[in-house]
Amino acid sequence: MAIISVQEADNPSSRIARFGPEKPLQMDAGPLLAPFSIAYQTYGELNADRSNAILVCHALTGDQHVASAHPLTQKPGWWSAMVGPGRPIDTDRFFVICSNVIGGCMGSTGPASTNPETGSPWGLDLPVVTVRDMVRAQAMLIDHLGIETLFCVAGGSMGGMQVLQWVASYPDRVFSALPIATAPKHSAQNIAFHEVGRQAVMADPDWRGGRYAQFGVRPTKGLAVARMAAHITYLSEGALQRKFGRKLQDRVAPTFSFDADFQIENYLRYQGSSFVDRFDANSYLYVTRACDYFDLAADYGGSLARAFVGAATRFCVVSFTSDWLYPTSDARLIVHALNAATLPVSFVEIETDKGHDAFLLDEPDFIATTRGFLESAAIARGIVQPSKAAAAK
Amino acid sequence: MSEIASQSTARVDLLLVADIVDRGARVLDVGCGDGALLQILTRDRNVDGRGIEISQAGVNGCVAKGLSVVQGDADTDLVDYPDDAFDYVILSQTLQATRRPRQVLEHMLRIGRRAIVSFPNFGHWRIRTELMFRGRMPRTEALNYSWYDTPNIHLCTIHDFVHLVDDLGASIDRAVALDRYGAKMRVNAPWWLWNMFGEQAVFLLHRKRG
Repeated sequence: MAIISVQEADNPSSRIARFGPEKPLQMDAGPLLAPFSIAYQTYGELNADRSNAILVCHALTGDQHVASAHPLTQKPGWWSAMVGPGRPIDTDRFFVICSNVIGGCMGSTGPASTNPETGSPWGLDLPVVTVRDMVRAQAMLIDHLGIETLFCVAGGSMGGMQVLQWVASYPDRVFSALPIATAPKHSAQNIAFHEVGRQAVMADPDWRGGRYAQFGVRPTKGLAVARMAAHITYLSEGALQRKFGRKLQDRVAPTFSFDADFQIENYLRYQGSSFVDRFDANSYLYVTRACDYFDLAADYGGSLARAFVGAATRFCVVSFTSDWLYPTSDARLIVHALNAATLPVSFVEIETDKGHDAFLLDEPDFIATTRGFLESAAIARGIVQPSKAAAAK
Repeated sequence: MSEIASQSTARVDLLLVADIVDRGARVLDVGCGDGALLQILTRDRNVDGRGIEISQAGVNGCVAKGLSVVQGDADTDLVDYPDDAFDYVILSQTLQATRRPRQVLEHMLRIGRRAIVSFPNFGHWRIRTELMFRGRMPRTEALNYSWYDTPNIHLCTIHDFVHLVDDLGASIDRAVALDRYGAKMRVNAPWWLWNMFGEQAVFLLHRKRG
């Protein structure tokens, strides 16, 4: 598995844009990163006036395979509920781009990628990545694709942070924005959970100071524990109770041991062990760190509204009632700032017990809201419906 | 909050409100329901319209219509809007359901250069008659709730409202009362007549300078 993972890091099963020394990525940490790569997928067709492009930004451990099978797990795209033919982000109507973030491990430059200077993986020699770095790299990809203005930038969780950063950094290049289950900054609690995950990785003896690849090992136990802890934060107490309660796993009585007696234990162990098959431990350190450093208002003198002043992007902000990782109060901070900056903003809080992960699921009210928003924005942008476009041909 | 007042009366006051708003104005509709008024304003009067609505179903409907509507509560969320952000702030058939109507009005007058408020008149003769002769809490077509389950917790008469406007130091630019058939009452009719025969009222207000 370790070998396969490294292959995806350097030679992804998707398109890849390679930027040479003449096009370095300026990183917030200081250095210029060059050369560097961005792995990406596209779906649908760019229209003649290049006005129908939607950039989907993935969450912490997501990737560019938003609407097609994952090359390692063969599971369907991570946002199949939202992206595809006839879905709200309709690939029959829009040109959908999704790129792996800088710092990721699915083909964009990250700690698992080969450092051309040493011939070994970057490991911790890669400068720490920020959300703004991710977005700066995406903007270079969008330039590379010859697209001036994105019809929409959409994403949940860390993807939502990228959406906010896009509008702040490139207000003229984003016609509409769909930040979902996200926050304008990482809270102390969020940083705390991420730190638990990172410490679990680093406590694994196989982590070897981040140089595990050179030793031919992987800190899978530590990374699995990190994923288990994180996974709890993606659910809700209500959903855990409904799904698992205190039910026992394939047994009628407790075994008085530390086996996975309870179904919830078994479930989390499965989540942990399947995660390590597709994700790089150092990359986990980088992407969690990027979230922790995200504080959009801090970049604008403490005023979140100032991040959006001058933009005319139409927003639809979505939160979920049982999401305690990025609760509705975070979404309201975004909405208040957008209102103060007089941007056209819609906001809806979706009633669900599915917690933070609800944004990945086929929640009818959520799907209906995003569909309505994109539909009306597409009309405002003059993007014709596929049936009408076909009729015109 | 769309179901607070009955639809038939709401329609009339929507058109009346829409008539007051200048073309191309910036408008915030507080308690915008399914967005019917915002849609009229956007389509017919070319306004830049925004809404606040408490129900998820209402917001969903608005977003699907392409309206910019935020799920929220008039009582708690107006504080977040900056001064003079809008030309008009509209509160249509919602004032009586707010917990703190006075503060809501103050915020409206702060956020908007003008405020438009429509509300059912509790001074209408039918309501007075119910209480006087039947000794029961009034139930009318427009306010069809029992006392124990009504969302309308701060009902007032036209007379009461005029006093509150005065207390707030605001000025009345226009005031219209509608009779039970939705027809405008004579403009030169005296206040006491409005307060007795107006079933609902629409006020256009602005805060006094200085």
